Amino acid sequence: MFGQANVLAAGQAEFPPSVEDFYLPSILPWGAHDSYWVTKFTLMIWIAVGVLIIFFLATYRNPKLVPTKKQWFAESIYGFVRNNISVDMIGHQGVRFAPYFTTLFCFVLVTNAFAIIPLFQISPNSHIAFPAILAVISYVLFNYIGIRHHGFGKYFKHALIPPAPWYILPLLIPIEAFSTFIIRPFSLAVRLFANMFAGHMLLLVFTLGGFAMLNANAWLAPVSVVSWVMTVALTLLEALVIVLQAYVFTVLSASYIQGALAEEH
Amino acid sequence: MFILAAEGGESGHNPIIPIGQEIVVGTIAFAVLCFVLMKFVFPRMEQTFQARVDAIEGGIKRAEAAQAEANQLLEQYRAQLAEARTDAAKIRDDARADAEGIRQDILAKAREESDRVIQAGKDQLAAERATIVRELRAEVGTIAVDLASKIVGESLADEARRKGTVDRFLSGLESTGAR
Repeated sequence: MFGQANVLAAGQAEFPPSVEDFYLPSILPWGAHDSYWVTKFTLMIWIAVGVLIIFFLATYRNPKLVPTKKQWFAESIYGFVRNNISVDMIGHQGVRFAPYFTTLFCFVLVTNAFAIIPLFQISPNSHIAFPAILAVISYVLFNYIGIRHHGFGKYFKHALIPPAPWYILPLLIPIEAFSTFIIRPFSLAVRLFANMFAGHMLLLVFTLGGFAMLNANAWLAPVSVVSWVMTVALTLLEALVIVLQAYVFTVLSASYIQGALAEEH
Repeated sequence: MFILAAEGGESGHNPIIPIGQEIVVGTIAFAVLCFVLMKFVFPRMEQTFQARVDAIEGGIKRAEAAQAEANQLLEQYRAQLAEARTDAAKIRDDARADAEGIRQDILAKAREESDRVIQAGKDQLAAERATIVRELRAEVGTIAVDLASKIVGESLADEARRKGTVDRFLSGLESTGAR
């Protein structure tokens, strides 16, 4: 947040926005461009983790059979992921994955939400490192569960050989292998990253575009206003994307685990 | 990528290459989050859900148990009542039987007593009669001998000594009288 405020205050932000707008100067040491340990991004990650831990521990410190409002809210988040994602996708076995999926969903949701929270206004997930970690965990998880459930050989046979005529298999097996073991984690990470990246880029284009037009010619001021109104509208769209991407990430992870546990294709 | 980097400016970041430090920080942060939430929060939520289910099902079960116990108690009371009635009837029957037995006893005793009294009377009567007959026999013998000696005029005392004559006579009298 400090980095961005600096950038805006110093009038350094240029139009059109570039990839470099996603790489802000670090906080500690202040203003360094090649230090990544303490940056706005890592700070936001810690804030997200801290907020979630404090929220859940505070609301669930003393659970009651008849819940208070806060407890009910925390329970309904868990209940939503448990019943509408885990159990819906995986079946009754899904209950044991519900704690992980809920953690995943909450983490992605909160880190995404930074994209539209004033003063933060960029999501950590617009750096591919964070979605990549989550995608790798999902990847390892569904393969591990598949191997443990079916055994090593049977799992790969099951994953790679679809029930198809033998003459089509030479074509299908490489496609299956590619899609299951290479595309899946990559698409999972890139989908989230690209959505957050593009969302931020869009907001930058319309915000900075407004300034650019105003600076270029005073007569363009009404167009600048239209540009900023667009920014507000796109922020609302971004809110939708934030929730949707958190949901999609969780649902896809659940679906991969369901596929690994399934007895048939 | 190179075009993007070139456009980006002097330092040149590639958005598709993850930053190592961020991977480390993200992994640790997410691990901490997972640890806390999956160990201390969500299992307790499952427990609470379970406790809620138990509370509802337990309430129903407790009500059913209470109902069953009440039914059992009712059955028990009914059984006890029936038993008490049977006992009472039995006691009444016993009492009736006892009373009857006592009555019979008393009657039997009374009859025995009366028989005894009658028998004693009869015996006494017979004894007295025998005494009187014996006395009379001796007297009648004497009187008859005296009378006969007066009538005949001579002493029949010698013959009277042959007492058998008189006795025979009297026996003949008795046997005819009895007939």
